[in-house]
Amino acid sequence: MSIKIIDKVPGTGVPVRGNDIDTDRIIPSRFLKCVTFEGLGDHAFEDDIIALSQHGKVHSFRHPAYQGAKILVSNSNFGCGSSREHAPQALMRWGIGAIIAESYSEIFFGNCVSLGIPCFKVDHATAEKILAWIEANPKGQMECLVSGRKLQMGDESFSLEIAEGPRAQFLDGSWNARSGLLLNLAKVKDVAKNLPYMNGFGA
Amino acid sequence: MAKNLYSKVFESHSVAMLSSGQTQLFIGLHLCHEVTSPQAFAMLREQGLPVAFPERTFVTVDHIIPTTLEERARPLRDSISEEMFAHLERNAKDFGLKFFGPQTGEQGVVHVVGPENGLTQPGMTIACGDSHTATHGAFGSLAFGIGTSQVADVLATQTLAMAPLKVRRIEFTGALKKGVTPKDVSLAYIAKLGVNGGVGFAYEFSGPVIEAMDMEGRMTVCNMAIEGGARCGYINPDETTFAYLKGRPYSPQGAAWDRAVASWRLVASDPGCSFDDVVVIDGSLIEPMVTWGITPAQAIGITQTMPLVDSFSGSERTVVEEAYEYMDFQPGQSIIGVAINVVYIGSCTNGRLSDLRAAAKVAQGRKVATGIRAIVVPGSQKVKVLAESEGLDKVFLDAGFEWREAGCSMCLAMNPDKLKGREIAASTSNRNFKGRQGSPTGRTLLMSPEMAAAAAVHGKVVDVRDFL
Ligand code: SF4
Repeated sequence: MSIKIIDKVPGTGVPVRGNDIDTDRIIPSRFLKCVTFEGLGDHAFEDDIIALSQHGKVHSFRHPAYQGAKILVSNSNFGCGSSREHAPQALMRWGIGAIIAESYSEIFFGNCVSLGIPCFKVDHATAEKILAWIEANPKGQMECLVSGRKLQMGDESFSLEIAEGPRAQFLDGSWNARSGLLLNLAKVKDVAKNLPYMNGFGA
Repeated sequence: MAKNLYSKVFESHSVAMLSSGQTQLFIGLHLCHEVTSPQAFAMLREQGLPVAFPERTFVTVDHIIPTTLEERARPLRDSISEEMFAHLERNAKDFGLKFFGPQTGEQGVVHVVGPENGLTQPGMTIACGDSHTATHGAFGSLAFGIGTSQVADVLATQTLAMAPLKVRRIEFTGALKKGVTPKDVSLAYIAKLGVNGGVGFAYEFSGPVIEAMDMEGRMTVCNMAIEGGARCGYINPDETTFAYLKGRPYSPQGAAWDRAVASWRLVASDPGCSFDDVVVIDGSLIEPMVTWGITPAQAIGITQTMPLVDSFSGSERTVVEEAYEYMDFQPGQSIIGVAINVVYIGSCTNGRLSDLRAAAKVAQGRKVATGIRAIVVPGSQKVKVLAESEGLDKVFLDAGFEWREAGCSMCLAMNPDKLKGREIAASTSNRNFKGRQGSPTGRTLLMSPEMAAAAAVHGKVVDVRDFL
């Protein structure tokens, strides 16, 4: 597997306001009916998009101003609910390369790591500031930096939080865990041999 | 040094430290279903990798499979469902994995199939591309839901890259009152700690309420750990656990059984071990619970009224407002008397034999209210056979419920069982998210099997304790 380092994510932002935005909303379950992830990007937030349009509103994922955005910004507990990797896959295929939110569900966060999408944390006040800025400057350039844990947004810069483990993985290319895991296969077999349920409980 | 179960199991399964700072963890049991696995098998094929431990992966079909016999005829009417089913069969065959297909009589919801076959055992690490894998923690195992890329990791290496979690002990004191069930215990701890209160934690459920619970109830409690944000939940193995496992198809047999029990006893948290956090909940104060909103934490006791918007502030308030708008309920309204259209009894939370018995007891000799569509979906083919041997199917059919084949069904409605339009369902499943049950505007009230059966009979939410 080739190694890809992820550090800078430049681009415009897309605001997705709200807490507890679950993976059923990011990609409704009818789109889990697939054997490949291709084409999922077209259906990201589809039910929210429909519901809003019935109220004469436009979801940011459909809004012309935010097309081509790379950085998704939301509030707390983003990506909660089902473990479906379809959710980050849909966001990725829509064009998202980094996420900034107040907090994440763990499975969603882990899925994002394995796809190479850094998820940064900010406090509530900062999230609101960034959201407001993007809404005022939909074409404004932003840049997230994994190494510097920083968001550059117009003239302003904000510090971003990202746990040391995943940060190191993005920077050394090991965010795609499989190659590292495969290297230790011999050791895996040793550990397995010593587990009671793998050896007939010590027969 | 005294250790908790989490640390013991995590340590015994650690293979190596990875450069990321994560631990490479051996996975003792891998369960697989049709929705999250096809892309993972495709990744293996692309990289020319075999499955490292094919005897440790078990496969079943649950999410997309229809629940009536005609609809289950192959090829399935829905071509994408058929494609997913066919992919699963082919992947199981090509990679040499045991497939609990409908023809075997062993098919069912993955989290029902694992335990009932004795595959789920104390002291194991378990993974499945499904967030409700937490269910298996009821046996004293560490069970994680994973994403599709990680499913490929497990297939290729039987390991996962994981960072250790903190452990929060949730102790339920006292005893549950009549009419209060493990489902109510689940909704109560989530309502108390919030949908993201468990992020970063594994939950250890303990105390007299848990000790008195049977294994199926314990599974209901662990099942919903993920709805409280905890990646996994577990219960220390005890005599109840061992008695449940004895004689199951994949349980240790003969002399190995005694060695297994001895080894399982050692897995439980040591007396005096430490936890990162401890929460105590008085079990005797829990009432039958019902959700009124769009997250499982938006749940209240049946005698309570829906909360006032003003009692919340900041971002929590926004979710509450959103919930009222979506559900079309009024703050301060009573949950008793809310009219429903559909009743769904089933799922990996409440689709086991004891759940069906509890619902049947309420349904016995009563009739489903006119205009209500009520379906009972056993969690597995084995559950179905057992229930029928006790005549539960008759009880349900006589009362006007539909009696279905095993699967996830209306829990997430990837098969033909769906809500229509703005319908409200009384559901024994685990998620009341917007659009979860198949209609983008459909509404879900989560509750116990007894409460759901009572709702079916009355056509509205009632306090089941008045009918026991
Ligand atoms: S019953 Fe529902 S929660 Fe359980 S595995 Fe099936 S879809 Fe998921």
